[in-house]
Amino acid sequence: MTSPQTTTGPGRLLTPFNLVAGIIVVFGMIITILRFTGGLASVTNLSDDNPWGLWIGFDLLVGVALAAGGYVTSAAVYIFGLKRFHAAVRPAILTGFLGYALVVLALHYDVGRPWRLPYPFVVSAGTTSLLFEVAACVALYLTVLFIEFSPAALEWLGLKRARHLVTRLTLVLTILGVVLSTLHQSSLGALFLIVPAKLHPLWYTPYLPIYFFITSTIAGLSMVICESALSHRYFHGKMDAAHLSGNRDLTLGFGKAASWVLLGYFVIKVIGIAADNQWHYLGTGFGAWYLVELLGFVALPAFMYAVGVREKNITIIRWTAAWTVLGIVVNRFNVCLVAFNWHLPAEQRYFPHWMEIGISVFIVTLGILVFRFIVTRMPILHAHPDYDAH
Amino acid sequence: MSISRRKFLGWMGGASLVAAGARKAHAAANRSFEGYAGSLAVLHDITRCIGCRRCEAGCNAVNELPQPEKPFDDLTVLEKRRRTSAPAYTVVNRFAPAGDGQPPVFVKKQCNHCLEPACASACFVKAFTKTPQGAVIYNPNVCVGCRYCMIACPFEIPAYEYDKALDPRVTKCTLCHPRILEGKLPGCVEACPTEALVFGPRDELIRMARDRMRAHPGRYLDHIYGEHEMGGTSWLYLSGQPFETLGMREDLGTAPAGQLTSGALGAVPMVVGLWPVLLTGIWAITQRKEKIAAHEQAQAVAAARAETEAQAEVRLKTALEKAAKENAAAVAREVKKALETAKTAPQGESDTEKKS
Repeated sequence: MTSPQTTTGPGRLLTPFNLVAGIIVVFGMIITILRFTGGLASVTNLSDDNPWGLWIGFDLLVGVALAAGGYVTSAAVYIFGLKRFHAAVRPAILTGFLGYALVVLALHYDVGRPWRLPYPFVVSAGTTSLLFEVAACVALYLTVLFIEFSPAALEWLGLKRARHLVTRLTLVLTILGVVLSTLHQSSLGALFLIVPAKLHPLWYTPYLPIYFFITSTIAGLSMVICESALSHRYFHGKMDAAHLSGNRDLTLGFGKAASWVLLGYFVIKVIGIAADNQWHYLGTGFGAWYLVELLGFVALPAFMYAVGVREKNITIIRWTAAWTVLGIVVNRFNVCLVAFNWHLPAEQRYFPHWMEIGISVFIVTLGILVFRFIVTRMPILHAHPDYDAH
Repeated sequence: MSISRRKFLGWMGGASLVAAGARKAHAAANRSFEGYAGSLAVLHDITRCIGCRRCEAGCNAVNELPQPEKPFDDLTVLEKRRRTSAPAYTVVNRFAPAGDGQPPVFVKKQCNHCLEPACASACFVKAFTKTPQGAVIYNPNVCVGCRYCMIACPFEIPAYEYDKALDPRVTKCTLCHPRILEGKLPGCVEACPTEALVFGPRDELIRMARDRMRAHPGRYLDHIYGEHEMGGTSWLYLSGQPFETLGMREDLGTAPAGQLTSGALGAVPMVVGLWPVLLTGIWAITQRKEKIAAHEQAQAVAAARAETEAQAEVRLKTALEKAAKENAAAVAREVKKALETAKTAPQGESDTEKKS
């Protein structure tokens, strides 16, 4: 393992990480220019049959789910009173905020006229659309996350009075965050309620919004475990005693919660199959893939989390968390891309263009760069010396 | 209490106005929309279609669409299944019915102009409108280009100008709405040489379709496609072949698209109303638990301290008493000793005196 300081140490610009990130950013810029001069046709494999591709499936659906750590952690600490996880709140809020900001950035690539994104609110409100609800909640929640994140920036800037004012809003913001997250996380699933004719019956169920909401909490818990593991490794020098010592406790606590929620999710998934009597589809090719998702990415991590927590084995929990995050990606891809349009012949199905993948990688890279910029400067992984942990 | 029935109903009306968003979704309304009265529609008699593509040409001309690569009288394009696209609002497809020697069947495909359109329900800027005349029309001036309408459409009709960088539009058949307003026929209907397309009020067309079924037994299946599909559409189809074999789905159901999402939308105000109460409640309970725990801890500490103090006092007291006792005993002993010495001393003295 290279020393963690290679990426965080001041003055060293030409690190392997920076080099790779730089190349990705340059490529991203080029594809961006192509996108906004040649249209979607020049950089994507989207078609009239497949109007949504990787940028919706990954950047929007996966992005929003994986950014759920913010509301999960702040709710655990400020509402459920699990104060021992307090050190995890700021990194989780920061990744949540960056996640949502990047989702909105990615949407600018996908929609035809991005400057019209505020239209649903200021020009013509289509309130019968689930997408309206998603848009409204994402816009509001991005604002909430920004305010929740701002104390760290205000401490960094030394604006004590503003910081004091914002921290007094903590409880209200947390509740607002949970309400908005409940709504838009579930609405992303509800987007597909309108397509029983296009989505495979194993994935299409009236429970879709509930599934999406529950999996968002699983994603949130697992992402916080993964992020804390990565921060531990690469930003060790930036972490104070509270963050270093709380890490193990956090991993065990969130791992236990994730195990239980995955178990509950497994149960309601089976209920979904039973309620619509879709058992016979399990014998088909799509059924096999469904079982891979259900057993491999729901039942297995539920069990492995439980084992990790019982054995107090941090390594098992961390790998399970990474596997669970992958499972969220699989689930969102299945709903949006794999099981969607399952009735179409193979030649009309969608597979992303490499430049679509390029933009997604570019946007994730931007997120990592901004995250690094902030945690190496602002009090995220350590408390600011002038303030108590609030 | 003197609340008149009228007053009460007035309040209820006010309440339902407040819930106007939910009312639109018909979250709990036990009613259905049968379409605008007297709205116009097209009846496509598939058995009369000869696959000449004149309707495609007519559509292309009245909508001023770009000329296709192959001209409209080139029928080789029928060899491939086609769908609607940005430059083609309508396409004719050829199907080979089961059984040898059967002549091919041609079906025209375009927007079906649903009575309650999925695209309109899905659009978050209300870019789609079902007009009272029957057409579902699109407003490019508000469209953001999210393409959710294309996802939502069960008939896979809306297309998109993927090659436009800055002003892509969603495109689809307009039922020639501007021409309807002028009292003209839709371009395709006007161009059809075999009257496979008939334009008129929807309810009259349904009657006409039934008349044809009665007049030509065996020619048609007993199914007017579009009468009930997805809540009913303004394009109606008659066929002698099962619609499923003609690329038309028969598993769409009769519920309009809006009903599929109204439940989820109806849950939104419930979450907004109840979540803050629930969460504040949980917060208050944890706060109270902490407070009680702190209080109990303080009490326990105080009690423990009091007990220790009491014990200490008792111990001190006993110790003091013991000490006092010991003191007294010691004094008594000393006194006794002294007395004894005093008693024995004179004897001793006398003894010594005697001895001496």
